[in-house]
Amino acid sequence: MTLHEIHVTVNDEPEQVAVPANMTLMRMLREKLALTGTKNGCSAGECGACTVLLNGEPVNSCMVLAVECDGARIVTVEGLAGEDRLAPVQETILRAGGVQCGFCTPGILISAHALLERNPTPSDDEIREALVGNLCRCTGYLPILESVREAARMQSAAG
Amino acid sequence: MKSAGTKSSASPVGEDVPRIDARQKVTGAAIFADDIQFGDSLLHARIKRSPHPHALVRKIDTTRARALPGVKAVVTGEDFPRHIGLYLQDRYIFCRDRVRYVGDPVAGVAATTPEIAQKALDLIEVDYEVLEPVLDPELGTHAEAAILHPDLGQYVVAGFIFPKPGTNISNHFKIRKGDVVGAWGRCAAIVEHRYRIPHIQHVPIEPHVAVARVEPSGEITLWGSSQSPFAQRNLIAQSMGISQSQMRVVAPLVGGGFGSKAGVSMEALVVAIATKVPGRSVKLLLTREEEFYTAFVRQGLVSHFKMGCDAKGRLLAMENVFYWDGGAYTEYGVNVTRAAGYSSSGPYEVPNIKTDSYCVYTNHPVGGPMRGFGMPEMHAGLEQCIDELALKVGMDAVEFRRINCLKAGSPLPTGSKMHPTGLPVCIDKAADAIGWGKKPAASAPNKRRGKGLALMWKAPAMPPNAGSSAWVELAEDGTVTVGVGGQEIGQGVFTVAAQMAAAALGVPYESVRIASPVDTRYSPYEWQTVASRLTWSMGNAIVNAARDAKRQILGTVGEAWEETPEDLDIVNGVVISYKTEKEIPLKNLAVYGLPKPNDQGWRGGPVIGRGAFMPTYVTGLDPETGQGERSVVHFTTGAQAVELEVDLDTGRIEILRGVSAFDVGKAINPAQVKAQMEGGFVQGMSSALFESLNLKDGVVRSPSFVDYRIATTADAPRDLQSFIVEEAQDDGPWGARGIGEHSMVPTIPAIANAIYDAVGVRLEGPPFTAEKVYLAMLEAGVVK
Repeated sequence: MTLHEIHVTVNDEPEQVAVPANMTLMRMLREKLALTGTKNGCSAGECGACTVLLNGEPVNSCMVLAVECDGARIVTVEGLAGEDRLAPVQETILRAGGVQCGFCTPGILISAHALLERNPTPSDDEIREALVGNLCRCTGYLPILESVREAARMQSAAG
Repeated sequence: MKSAGTKSSASPVGEDVPRIDARQKVTGAAIFADDIQFGDSLLHARIKRSPHPHALVRKIDTTRARALPGVKAVVTGEDFPRHIGLYLQDRYIFCRDRVRYVGDPVAGVAATTPEIAQKALDLIEVDYEVLEPVLDPELGTHAEAAILHPDLGQYVVAGFIFPKPGTNISNHFKIRKGDVVGAWGRCAAIVEHRYRIPHIQHVPIEPHVAVARVEPSGEITLWGSSQSPFAQRNLIAQSMGISQSQMRVVAPLVGGGFGSKAGVSMEALVVAIATKVPGRSVKLLLTREEEFYTAFVRQGLVSHFKMGCDAKGRLLAMENVFYWDGGAYTEYGVNVTRAAGYSSSGPYEVPNIKTDSYCVYTNHPVGGPMRGFGMPEMHAGLEQCIDELALKVGMDAVEFRRINCLKAGSPLPTGSKMHPTGLPVCIDKAADAIGWGKKPAASAPNKRRGKGLALMWKAPAMPPNAGSSAWVELAEDGTVTVGVGGQEIGQGVFTVAAQMAAAALGVPYESVRIASPVDTRYSPYEWQTVASRLTWSMGNAIVNAARDAKRQILGTVGEAWEETPEDLDIVNGVVISYKTEKEIPLKNLAVYGLPKPNDQGWRGGPVIGRGAFMPTYVTGLDPETGQGERSVVHFTTGAQAVELEVDLDTGRIEILRGVSAFDVGKAINPAQVKAQMEGGFVQGMSSALFESLNLKDGVVRSPSFVDYRIATTADAPRDLQSFIVEEAQDDGPWGARGIGEHSMVPTIPAIANAIYDAVGVRLEGPPFTAEKVYLAMLEAGVVK
């Protein structure tokens, strides 16, 4: 299959990747860039485990073709933490006990991070709505919801 | 001198230490099986599967598939003549003569890309002779039903499983205790009900994945998402006709198991394919659709309960018949059947009991173990009957449970006695927290509010000799590595393992790491990560290994200090003497030992402690009566209560509050115990309200997350409370017993009882969807 050269910025790093036309963004991240934090749970846009930020918006990366992403900015779970400190929601999900098997965690963190970027003081219903496309089978969700509330508090306290 | 009090307060056991694996999981660094990089030479496997629930395979033509460029191997059952199976060896790796469910594997392909492999499947031609299927477990036992396994009498079977050759019954477990027939006449109230529990699935967010490579020497390596690396080594080696030591299984973190990744599910397929392309790694990753069609299911159940009590509400008799829909093959179903049989009284004293628990072959997907191992399905009906019986005899349902529930020394259905249990405390905690007996007004005129409560008990269902082992090794810096063969599947066992090792050795939790991934070549043996048995069984092995290491260390230091080891201890990573108050940090002696005075050589050296544990006291049960000295190691007990609202206009149910109280013996990590209780409640709620595979004519009608709905953030109750009760287990580490599975056992009946409390209707079985609840209310005249 013909390969297409695309240029993307992934977690602030410029990347040049040759991808076949049918390759999804999820597969490109996992197979071409070894960013395996982005998980493949269904390849059908239903579970949210592959959520990444595409130009600042959370998307199911299994539903986006890599060739569509030429020139795009992408953030994966690997890009959430700073040099030596975790992003607030990474920190709070640890503390709240929102991680069990960890397979849904990357997608949840990206969705939560995106929510807090566009709405720093979300209500409980807004948090639930923002995460409704991220399935988790282990935790029962309550500690995850709590971690997002707590991250919002942390961020607003930090100004 | 350090007091004993100081020591125990420094112990990490009983503390909410942070999860050992959480940081790597929030940064994307955690490696799951699909994340392992195998390079461009990796081949991709796909599986050709039966479209029929039941058919004979007349001919398979793979000629065209083999000719497709990029295809490296095509295999069928022809090359793999041995059976495989955990308790009953009743299946081939690839079907040879007959297919028994929609999705049964008939051929496999390895190709350079997944797309080519998929294309090759379409070029494989299979000629079937379609047969009449068996689609109901009860009808499957009738004489006129098609026989799905004519060779049942020839299969290798575990000694505690009793198949009936010439029928579809793969196991028949019986309890015969007391005089049930005579007891009915003495009952003041009797209820009799039938329930149907649908097939559901585990739905881990990580799909099944396995990669196999066969070396030219014949040695096989399997990388996979697995709850059972050692069982896979054993069973796959046997079915491939190689020695267990030639089979290596590497099992990184599991992205959710719930039982679906226990035993051998799809792993043998990719191993078989890999034998045809030696030296090449071959990956099989199930699609989500394939998961729903072909991964293990929680088998369906048709249950009949009859139970009666005297005028004071004392249970006198039960008569139970269970038809388990074991599916096409029975990896675990036969043992679910047994477990439900010996637990069939529920957590109650029942002097007279007769139970027949049948596992029946059907043309449905294969029954695996799922969180609760038959107990949620069985308790779903049993705990509704208890409510009905209480109502009939005119007693409060909680009071009825208090009177009849198991206490220490209560006789059990198998003839033995109950060990100390906190079940009565669990009932009180759950009832108090839900406000039992008080009924708040509904939130709107078109809603009705109800409360319900249910109890549970469950033992680890496993062979009597399921063993664990562990090692503990010190590094130069005094840090400790613990080798285990149990798997981190999200339940937090690596964290708890580190806590127990730290406490038993006397080092800080932070200085312990777990040797992972589990690798059968290097890790110590562990039967399987199932049955909520690791904290207890593997925990005992870890404690033994840590004590062995401690004995070695104190021996060395005792020699050096000319003191007896009894006066020495290890506290916070430092060897201390209670007698002389001398101290030496572990890092000063961990690997190189201690020098003798005057350059006269050295003592001690590398420290590696070993420990094992296997219960040796579980006895067999009589095949005709189910009676025996000790049927299981122990029972975890507990209670759940819910408060909900039913919408009269739509039938929709909203769970407002949930309360869990379980007797875990000892919470090694209370926060994680509560996490299990909460997560289990929501999974149980999801199974009660939403989940069914919707099998019709043998076909799964809900093979996606859109059709098969699981609970989302929109469904999680706003208020969940969890209570830990601790009645110590005599053979558990610090008194601990399991909790992982138990937390979803009583949820279905607690919700069903609350629905009845709200609107006075009962359904034949879950899921209690809005549509079904509305129609039931319509039929009962609750709405018009």
